Amino acid sequence: MTSVIPTDEKPNDLATEKSEHADHRLFGLVSFLVADGMTFAGFFAAYLTYKAVNPLLPDAIYELELPLPTLNTILLLVSSATFHKAGKALEKNNSIKCQNWLLITAGLGIAFLASQMVEYFTLPFGLTDNLYASTFYALTGFHGLHVTLGTFMILIVWWQARSPGGRITNLNKFPLEAAELYWHFVDGIWVILFIILYLL
Amino acid sequence: MSISVPPSTNKRSASLQPQGWLRYFSFSLDHKVIGLQYLICGFIFYLIGGALAGAIRIELTSPISDFMPRDVYNQVLTLHGTIMIFLWIVPVVNGAFGNYLIPFYVGARDMAFPRLNAVAFWLIPPAGLMLISSYFINGAAQSGWTAYPPLSITTPASGQIIWIISVLLLGGSSIFGGINFIATILKLRRPGLKLMQLPMYCWAMLGTSILVVLSTPVLAGTLILLSFDIVAHTGFFNPSLGGNVIVYQHLFWFYSHPAVYIMVLPAFGLVSEILPVHSRKPLFGYVTMVYSIMGIVVLGLVVWAHHMFTSGTPPWMRLFFTIATAFIAVPTGIKFFNWVATLWGGRISLNSAILFSCGFIVNFVLGGITGVALAQVPFDVHVHDTYFVVAHFHYIVYGGSVFVIFSSIYHWYPKFTGRLLNEDIGRLHFLITFVGFNLCFAPQHWLGLNGMPRRVAEYDPQFTFVNQLSSVGALLMALSTIPFLWNVFYSAFKGKQSGDNPWQALTPEWLTSSPPPVENWVGEAPLVVEPYGYGKSTPVTDSKKPIEIKEGL
Repeated sequence: MTSVIPTDEKPNDLATEKSEHADHRLFGLVSFLVADGMTFAGFFAAYLTYKAVNPLLPDAIYELELPLPTLNTILLLVSSATFHKAGKALEKNNSIKCQNWLLITAGLGIAFLASQMVEYFTLPFGLTDNLYASTFYALTGFHGLHVTLGTFMILIVWWQARSPGGRITNLNKFPLEAAELYWHFVDGIWVILFIILYLL
Repeated sequence: MSISVPPSTNKRSASLQPQGWLRYFSFSLDHKVIGLQYLICGFIFYLIGGALAGAIRIELTSPISDFMPRDVYNQVLTLHGTIMIFLWIVPVVNGAFGNYLIPFYVGARDMAFPRLNAVAFWLIPPAGLMLISSYFINGAAQSGWTAYPPLSITTPASGQIIWIISVLLLGGSSIFGGINFIATILKLRRPGLKLMQLPMYCWAMLGTSILVVLSTPVLAGTLILLSFDIVAHTGFFNPSLGGNVIVYQHLFWFYSHPAVYIMVLPAFGLVSEILPVHSRKPLFGYVTMVYSIMGIVVLGLVVWAHHMFTSGTPPWMRLFFTIATAFIAVPTGIKFFNWVATLWGGRISLNSAILFSCGFIVNFVLGGITGVALAQVPFDVHVHDTYFVVAHFHYIVYGGSVFVIFSSIYHWYPKFTGRLLNEDIGRLHFLITFVGFNLCFAPQHWLGLNGMPRRVAEYDPQFTFVNQLSSVGALLMALSTIPFLWNVFYSAFKGKQSGDNPWQALTPEWLTSSPPPVENWVGEAPLVVEPYGYGKSTPVTDSKKPIEIKEGL
């Protein structure tokens, strides 16, 4: 094993540092997702409290249309499955198949964002119209930000898997695993958000 | 899990050690450098926050507002609170000592994520400078460290927005640090080291980090919503737009009550390290200490609404949060009695470190008693938003956490530098701090009980004398930093050589050289199964040769 001592020229070389201990990055990511989930929990708690104690004037009540968000839910759930497929393909060392599944997942993410955009443009209320309009845009917007980040992550992973050196292989699949975990998390949040915001 | 700690056979390590002072200004990944970066950066902000506190006390020596304009007074008290909490106590009790000590305690060569660690530190100086600079750009935030709407929405927006961005950055730094500590303590332990053999500070940091990871994001989300209210004129917390200020208070205190434990739990851990060493006795009740910490973590998450008894809180909520809050006194009381029992019958050397730790015990029990009193609704309604709350809070965070920080500096200074601090000056520092602190804050209990509201620049003339008394105490506290700073600077160059283990301590960080080599240990990390095995004949490590502890200083 190489020494873990940083050298003069390159004081903190990544390679030496990695040799020191097992890879705990996924554990760190899970801790981060717990923290991120708590941000959403705060938002959900605020929204539910508003619903309970801040009744809205009747003329401001607007029934949200269900078809588009239902389509969105299906898009995200399917994308979770396709991401899982990509991971399985990588386990079988089938890089091409993995890349294709990644592309499909990214495509579904983009489709979700596009569909969300269509919903935004067709809604009859704006950000500052009333409290519910504000919470609606804050919740879906914050989630949309996560989907956007996730889509970029998938594209980066796809790019790395595509590169001829093979930066993502069965032996080094942390980027893919991390992106997958994050993507499942974002999907899970959407399911809760869909139930609370659209169905309740 | 493979934690390989290969012997440092590399000859470069020795030549690497004196890297000079410049590394403290670099993006160093060494946990010891990052720890000291946190400590020194935090102390600079402590001096700034202290100067602001001094300005507040000068203003309050006379009942009329004559020292500074009223809006400046509001800015000063907001910055004082924010700086002291987010830039001094939280980074120092967590970041500074956590980074320095935790890798030693778990037998690792560094933290789990060194790069994230450095990022977490380097978020702090820019955030702090930004916060302070907001004073020069159209005025700083004026709504106190709590930033309650609608006050925070109606006061000048630029200062408030800069405040929000700074706190978001500092919260991010805190979360990154928390993730790192959890991973380091749970995943990076040396093979053979069991959880229940860890020094108490590890448990304190584990509990604190859980609180950080669970509660800080909620504050972040809340402040993002608040910034929408200020910038985009949404109405989340603005009653005139249909919003609800109580929701802000709930979300805010969901973070900010655990924040008190984030400030004081690590201090509990540090005291538990210092007392056994200087009284030459094992830490009393190790297991109960661990369960107390975890009990405080769990209870600490469900007591936040005791800050809101006067916010129209429904009766069932008042009842629940009163009982939950009173329950916290149980694990805290257990810890208190364990510390006293650790001291009991020990061979106590009355040096600066243990003086400050004992000062902590005294102050903290006073702050704890007023805390239980404040949990009772009838009493709380009477003294809410008065100086009684200010006194209680400062007994916890200054009398508690800051005393422990000083105690820890006296205790670990030889570890940082290889030199001892001057004990006579240290005792003088303790005396001035202890007298000054109690003179400053004890009279404020009386002020609060008699109805002097907090956060105001003017007050009823009948309170003048007691306020002046308090200001004299504040002056003593300000003066107390002079011997301390002189001691730290002088001893760094001319202090007595300490040797590797001046306290003859048994916790792992003392079983290497002082200051430690870049990789913490030459050779393998020792397996310390009994970090508090003072006065016992059984071996405390698994190594065949006994640990050599030189007698005397």
